[in-house]
Amino acid sequence: MTHSYPLKEISKAYRYDGSFAGFLSCVFEAYLKKEYPSAIFPEDAPGSLFPEKWIETDREKARRVYVSLRKNISREAREQVRLGFLSCNPEKELLLFRFIRTGLEEGPAVMNRLADASVHELLKAVQQLQNESHQLLQFLRFSDYGGVLIATVEPKNRVLSLMAEHFCSRYSGERFLIWDKTHREALFHSPEKWEILPLLSFTPPPPGREEKEYRRLWKRFYDTVAIESRYNPRCRRSHMPMRYWKHMTEFQPENGSSPSEKGGECRPTEILVSVGNEPQLTDGEKDPIIRASLPASKRERPTRSHPEEEKLHAEI
Amino acid sequence: MSLTTLEKLTILTDAAKYDAACTSSGVDRPNVPGQLGNAVSYGLCHSFAADGRCISLLKVLLTNSCIYNCKYCVNRSSNDTPRAAFSPRELADLTIAFYRRNYIEGLFLSSGVLRSPDYTCEQLIETLRILRQKYRFGGYIHVKAIPGADSALISRLGLLADRMSVNIELPSETGLKQLAPNKTKSSILKPMGLISGKIRENKHDLALYKHAPVFAPAGQSTQMIVGATPDSDLQILRLTEGLYKKYRLKRVFYSAYVPVSDSALLPPVGTKPPLLREHRLYQADWLLRFYGFSASEILDENTPSFDPLMDPKCCWALRHMEQFPIDVNRAEYAMLLRVPGIGIKSAKRIVTARREGSLTFEGLRRLGVVLKRAQYFVTCSGKMMPGLRVTQEGVFRALTEPSPRRQLEGAEQLSFFDTPSSRLSWGDSPTSPLLTETIPKGEISA
Repeated sequence: MTHSYPLKEISKAYRYDGSFAGFLSCVFEAYLKKEYPSAIFPEDAPGSLFPEKWIETDREKARRVYVSLRKNISREAREQVRLGFLSCNPEKELLLFRFIRTGLEEGPAVMNRLADASVHELLKAVQQLQNESHQLLQFLRFSDYGGVLIATVEPKNRVLSLMAEHFCSRYSGERFLIWDKTHREALFHSPEKWEILPLLSFTPPPPGREEKEYRRLWKRFYDTVAIESRYNPRCRRSHMPMRYWKHMTEFQPENGSSPSEKGGECRPTEILVSVGNEPQLTDGEKDPIIRASLPASKRERPTRSHPEEEKLHAEI
Repeated sequence: MSLTTLEKLTILTDAAKYDAACTSSGVDRPNVPGQLGNAVSYGLCHSFAADGRCISLLKVLLTNSCIYNCKYCVNRSSNDTPRAAFSPRELADLTIAFYRRNYIEGLFLSSGVLRSPDYTCEQLIETLRILRQKYRFGGYIHVKAIPGADSALISRLGLLADRMSVNIELPSETGLKQLAPNKTKSSILKPMGLISGKIRENKHDLALYKHAPVFAPAGQSTQMIVGATPDSDLQILRLTEGLYKKYRLKRVFYSAYVPVSDSALLPPVGTKPPLLREHRLYQADWLLRFYGFSASEILDENTPSFDPLMDPKCCWALRHMEQFPIDVNRAEYAMLLRVPGIGIKSAKRIVTARREGSLTFEGLRRLGVVLKRAQYFVTCSGKMMPGLRVTQEGVFRALTEPSPRRQLEGAEQLSFFDTPSSRLSWGDSPTSPLLTETIPKGEISA
């Protein structure tokens, strides 16, 4: 089923609160007014040359757009929009908007237009998001602090929700925390449930004796397993970009702590115990971007099928 | 003997590092609550060592003591090297600690032969039993079958592991006779046949009984050492094809020989490993497994060695210019795969994208096609790449790999065993003789 909605180009930019629901509200507004905005910005982006129009986030409108993506384009296209929004492309909103418009005109076939410039751009952004998430499944390193596993990552894209299923399944019996330092949010997991919550700042405690010993063993293994006569630093860098090295155990100084482990103030055990009861949140709760990306209510352990989708339904 | 775990780990990693296989792919095993870990079929590389090789599994030997004296092996009994052994429990503890920290995807366990093949096999079984049953470890385990061990023991090992492998070691029986006097072709092929039989049998059982125990679900692999014996690339490639067909192996790994012995039968210590040759073998291996090529199409008696300057797919295409150019908007998928510069991903994308309209060269670029190479072999709706000039030097530059210096260095290593059949033509002229024969200038640019 294809639809033709003529949209008139206007020299106006939309500004919204930065949440996914907010972006979908922008799409709703554009189709309601039959207009094609010149730009769409989140709240915290710098100002533009265009006169701006503030779009209020409306969950009901967002839900209608979200539903129509699946109904009028396809499930895959909706997934593409959801993932595209998590990407770090600076113009993701306009890219997504263009993609949605083409999709509504052409139906499910939009997903096959791999050679089309704007579809290609969006698919590339999503691919980068997925690649980064995959690379972090490989290069993320936990440290054990008294039975609680903690890792710090600094991704370009918002990958936590993509990584959640892998780690929650692999370490189903563990309590762990993955802190996304770039986007100031963290994945908390205890055997009963997991969730992604804002966490503005976080300092892991100094490592214990056993933890130090295992780090030393791993470093030794890493250094020994390389064959000297095959030394090939370029190959290593292309498979494992250097931006990940900062948080990887094998590149920390012998016997040293990781860069983030400075203080001894934080008690991660307490943080994790509190998951599911009364999470001790920092100022993040006041941050609209983070708040809007959060599930509306605490969820039970996700079912195998579509935890991501479930999350979105809860959100919108 | 009271070595610390750190010392043991150092010795036993050093002794295991020449094994090339370290993939963790081929099996999907979801986590069961109460277990630690799972296995994912795409496999994960958790790190990359300074030599650029992936580190997916904790690759160690249980012990590097060995009763055999294979000349190419760093662990041969006559070698004066420190010896160590993990206890099964100690190694299981280490594996779990590394796995919990997301350092590794699982364990790759091999061993020197201590006392007897059967005793060694029992020690491996004990390690895997502790991991699987005591610690309820659900991660990936790759274990080496010990040639000469009782088949009942090998079967037990296979029920605890995800992947099993028997190293074929050297590509020919003569090589084995000279360099590994305690091993014969049949002692290596016997466990390989046993494992492939068990896997097939198990598939049948699983079809009948859902809960039948699973035998090596990620299949079987092997490894051979390249450059220790004068075997030609053609021989190696034919052997590889045979192994894939007969034993249904999942992978054949090639390991460029790093000299570790001053035996007169081997390249002297200090000789550089033939890395380019290893690279070409992997390229050809991919052509066999994913691109629908057969060994005889890649190499034959007239060209028994790989071209050091050009990858095997380009070589094939240049020998078969009568089949090109093809039109990307019409050609079959199988034929798209044979175009230099088009890989599996871009071939699939072409098939998808051309349903929504004709593809142009600009479109091909977006799909990930490497036009620099593909431009000589494809047309878009009957048109050649606009502005394409076909000159011999131009084609040669486009089809050889980016850094010719590295290639030439590698080519020198290749000719270590310089028999007339393996002598290469790279030094003769800057343009491969293939090119002058097969690309009539006017035909393509017309």
